[in-house]
Formats: sequence, C-alpha cells, structure tokens
Amino acid sequence: MNQIANRQALCEKLLELARKDRDIVLLASDSRGSASMVPFVKELPEQFVETGIAEQNIVGIAAGLAHSGKKPWVTSPACFLSMRAIEQVKVDVAYSATNVKLIGISGGVSYGALGMSHHSLQDIAVTRAIPGLAVILPADRHETKRMTEALAAHEGGVYVRIGRNPVEDSYESDDYPFEIGKAVTMREGNDVTLIAAGETVRVALDAADLLRADGVGCRVLNMHTIKPLDTEAILKAAEETGRIITLEEHSIYGGLGAAVAETVVQHRPVPMRILGIPDEPAITGKTSEVFAHYGISAANVRTVALAMSGKG
Amino acid sequence: MNIDELRRKAVQIRMDLLRMIHHAKTGHTGSSLSNTDILVALYYGVMRVDAARPKWEERDRFIASKGHAVESLYCILADKGFFPKEELKTYSRFGSRLIGHPNNKVPGVEMNTGALGHGLSIAVGMAKAAKMDGKPYRVYTLMGDGEQAEGSVWEAAMAGAHYKLDNLIGIIDRNKLQISGTTEEVMGLEPLEEKWAAFGWNVVPVNGNDMAELVDALQAAPREAGKPILLMAYTTKGKGVSFAENVPHWHHHVPSDAELEQALAELAGQLQEIAGDRV
Repeated sequence: MNQIANRQALCEKLLELARKDRDIVLLASDSRGSASMVPFVKELPEQFVETGIAEQNIVGIAAGLAHSGKKPWVTSPACFLSMRAIEQVKVDVAYSATNVKLIGISGGVSYGALGMSHHSLQDIAVTRAIPGLAVILPADRHETKRMTEALAAHEGGVYVRIGRNPVEDSYESDDYPFEIGKAVTMREGNDVTLIAAGETVRVALDAADLLRADGVGCRVLNMHTIKPLDTEAILKAAEETGRIITLEEHSIYGGLGAAVAETVVQHRPVPMRILGIPDEPAITGKTSEVFAHYGISAANVRTVALAMSGKG
Repeated sequence: MNIDELRRKAVQIRMDLLRMIHHAKTGHTGSSLSNTDILVALYYGVMRVDAARPKWEERDRFIASKGHAVESLYCILADKGFFPKEELKTYSRFGSRLIGHPNNKVPGVEMNTGALGHGLSIAVGMAKAAKMDGKPYRVYTLMGDGEQAEGSVWEAAMAGAHYKLDNLIGIIDRNKLQISGTTEEVMGLEPLEEKWAAFGWNVVPVNGNDMAELVDALQAAPREAGKPILLMAYTTKGKGVSFAENVPHWHHHVPSDAELEQALAELAGQLQEIAGDRV
C-alpha cells in the first residue's frame, strides 16, 4: 500500500517548482501541518504567507498577491475554503480573474470521525457553479504531481480537492499525459462506463476488474477535471456503452454525477446511476468504511452494473 | 494641484456624478457625494497613477472596498482620461462595462468589488507583494463605516498589522449612516478609532470633507515604520447637496429633474465661493 498522501505529493512538487519560480507563494490558514507543507515553509519562508484561521482573508490576500504578479497557492481545509470563503472565491478570484490556486485539503470524508462540520461534501457543487473556476480532483499521488505541474502552467482560478490520507495508486507511475479538462480512459470496455474522480477512481478500477470476470466490458473514465467537463468523452461513452455509473465522494446533489447527468440527459440520454453521499450528514469512519456504507464500493458497483446490463 | 484646485475638482466631480446618476436613473448618490473629497484628494493630490499606463507596475493601487462609491470613481477615472468621458452616459445601461459596482474591465479599476468586507484583504495582499518584491508603491483602500460590521475586515486588519504593512493605507468613510439608519443603531461601531488602534494601526482622524486636512493627512501624516495607517475620515453623507446631506434615504436615491437642477445650482455656487476665496 502506498504511504504517500496526495497532499505530500503536492508539497514535494510545489516546492520543486517554487525553487525555480520565486513568484510562487504558498499560503496557509494555520494549516501548514495538515497541508503537509512544513518542508516548503522551512526551505522557502520568504515565499510563504501565514494568515491564521481566516479563510475569507486568505483568499482575499491571495487575490491581492496575484494581482501584483505573484502566483499564490492557498492551502486550507477543503470544508472551510470551499464554503466559508466562497464569496471571496467568487468575487476576488473568479470575477476579478486573478491567478489563484485554491487547494482544499483533507477533503470529502477524509477527516473521518470529525463529522459534518469537517467533511467537504458540497464543495464540488458550490465551486463548479462559479464561472471560470476550474475544479479538479486528482486520483492519486502520481496524478497529483502531474496536476501540480499543469496548474503551475495554467493562468486562472482553480479549486482542487485532495484527501488527507494515502490512497492506493490508480496509476503505475506519473508518466502519463495530464491535461486540464481531458478525462483519462483508465480501462476500455463497451458494456458500461464508470465515471469517477479523486479517490473513487480506485474503486471504479477495482469494480471494472470484478466485472471483467463477469464478462462485462467496463470502461473507466477518470474525470479528474469536473470543470471544464470533458463532455466529448462522456457523450462518446454514452454512445458506445449505453450505460453510465458515476462514483463520487460528494453529495449526490450538484457533484460529478449531476454534472455528467446534465450533459447526458441533454445530448445523449442513456440510463445512469449516481453513487455518492445521500442527503444526510455522512456517517463517520474511515473513508473505506464510509464508502462501503453508501455503496461506493467495487462490490456494489458490480451489483449495480450487472443489474443495469440485465445480467444481474 | 493646489488645495483650491482640488476643491474645485471635487465640486465638478459631484456635478458629473449627479448628472450620471440622474441620466441612468440609478446610483448610490449619498455614498458617492460623501467620499468624493477623499477620492479627489487621492487621485489628483496623492496617488501616483497614469491614465496612459493603467497597468504601470510602479503605480499606487486603490481598491474601492466600498464598491457603491463607484459613481465618484468612474467620474474621476473618466476625468483623468482612463476612458472617454462620453462613456459615463452608458452607466448602468444594458451591456455597459460601467456597471453599478467597480468592474476591472474599466481601465483604472484594479479589482471587482462591491461585496463588502473584501477590499482590505486584497489590499493586504497587494501591500505584502510590494514588500516581498521591494517595490515602492502604496496601496489605498476605501471602506464604508457600515462595512465595518463584516468580520473579514478585522481578519484583514490583524494581517495588515501582523505583516507590518506601512505601505498600506485604509480609509474609512465615517459618515455614520448606512442604508437602514445610523451605524450606531444598526450595529454600534464606536469606539471605532480605539478598535483600529488596538489592532495595531496608526489611526489618523481627519475631516474627510476638508481638502486641506485630507491632503495633509495623506501626504504629511506622521508615518510609523512597520504600522499600517487607518485614516478615519469623518464625512457627511450626501455632502455638497443641502437636501441630501445626512438623509439616509439618499443612500440609494436618484435626484428628480428639479432636484438635479437645484443640486447643480448649489454646486455652482460652491465653485464661485472657492474662486472668491482666492481673491
């Protein structure tokens, strides 16, 4: 099992980039530890800004830094960054078109037992409704590295959500092309498509392996960028596989499943199932336990896929 | 510009913004009249800006945290040549870039503002960037007094002092009125000077409708190394137009034809008085 959390991979890559580009500035809201950013702070203190526990202020300051030519990366718990500071994200980042990277750390249910106040299960719905803001969930440490490089080269506001704990790799290495807005086809298949993002990509891959044994050809799309959405890949999947299942560590309202459904229903209606967190404060526990409880598991995806394809 | 020239400029800007609001049939009349002297002092007397180079790197920055002061800001930017004065007639019209809160598509407007409590954080970021890069520019932000109820103002106040941003100047348009009544009725702010001082700012009280005092405070006020400045500018809402002064209703009220005529006549009288002072 991989022991490197995505936040560590991000810190490592960002530090590497920041050594060469002195305009990169890291910001943290009393969260340098939880963001795994201590190595950055120790090595490049001149490129670090601490704001204390003040999410509105951290986003406003980042916008001011960006306006003055800096390249700010805000690291702050996803639950607070995406909700408490959302007006600053809307006005100071998106509307004013400032080049601010917003990194929501410990996202989804990765704060586990801390409960709804610390879970971020509405962040995708909220951020993807903001014009011009890109929304990205990397699947593993490899993708986090590639994404960090891509974001450094990208001019504009971005919201990224990463989890707290190490996740099993979905990629064998970071030697693959990562493009903002382009889904990655992780498995080929023509009976059903699984669309996942972030930590649910691994679940989708495991489900595809189970379904292969059942004789069901399962396509897996890693929709790491939820906005701008790769509608081409989605419509191709609808056309070629006729069935879509989405998996997400998010409320079933307004997240990946909703985004995919909006596209599918308007342009190529096919049967869909949306697996995510229902309209309730999520149960607490380890991510795998929470996922299993809500059917975001390889076993349940297999059951759903078999039923959809008439083989269940 | 000398003080009389600045005073005359302020009266002319008041005339321009009243005409603009009357033409558009919308606008924050009282608020813009209140802070016109402050913006004139900044843009014609203190700040280093260049209409020919709106993005000039060394320019001083102004953030209208109080975004509803936009009418005075647009009239000043047009007067300085950032965009054609003729365009003021499009204010608030369909598709115009001169919308009812600051829009950074307009040359000279740095950031989109209007949601209250944002400007100081942005200004802190800009002032911090200047420090990091060793650049000499200053950052000014104008806040409303009603806006002081936003918690984010105080987050930014802490940060400005924490980072010893002596290149940052916060200005409060302390006219003591907000849309629902007096600030002290709506959400008591006093003792406001003491609060800012307690947050580590160098607080400078000033009559915000007195050009000589304003320019003196902005240019010559004792600057303390390592401390941001808070200019507490005591003003009159609706300043310059007798029937609008200190009337909450004028926060967001449009003058009728007759009211515009009277207001312009009063302002013309003020121009003559200033000219008379010089004789």
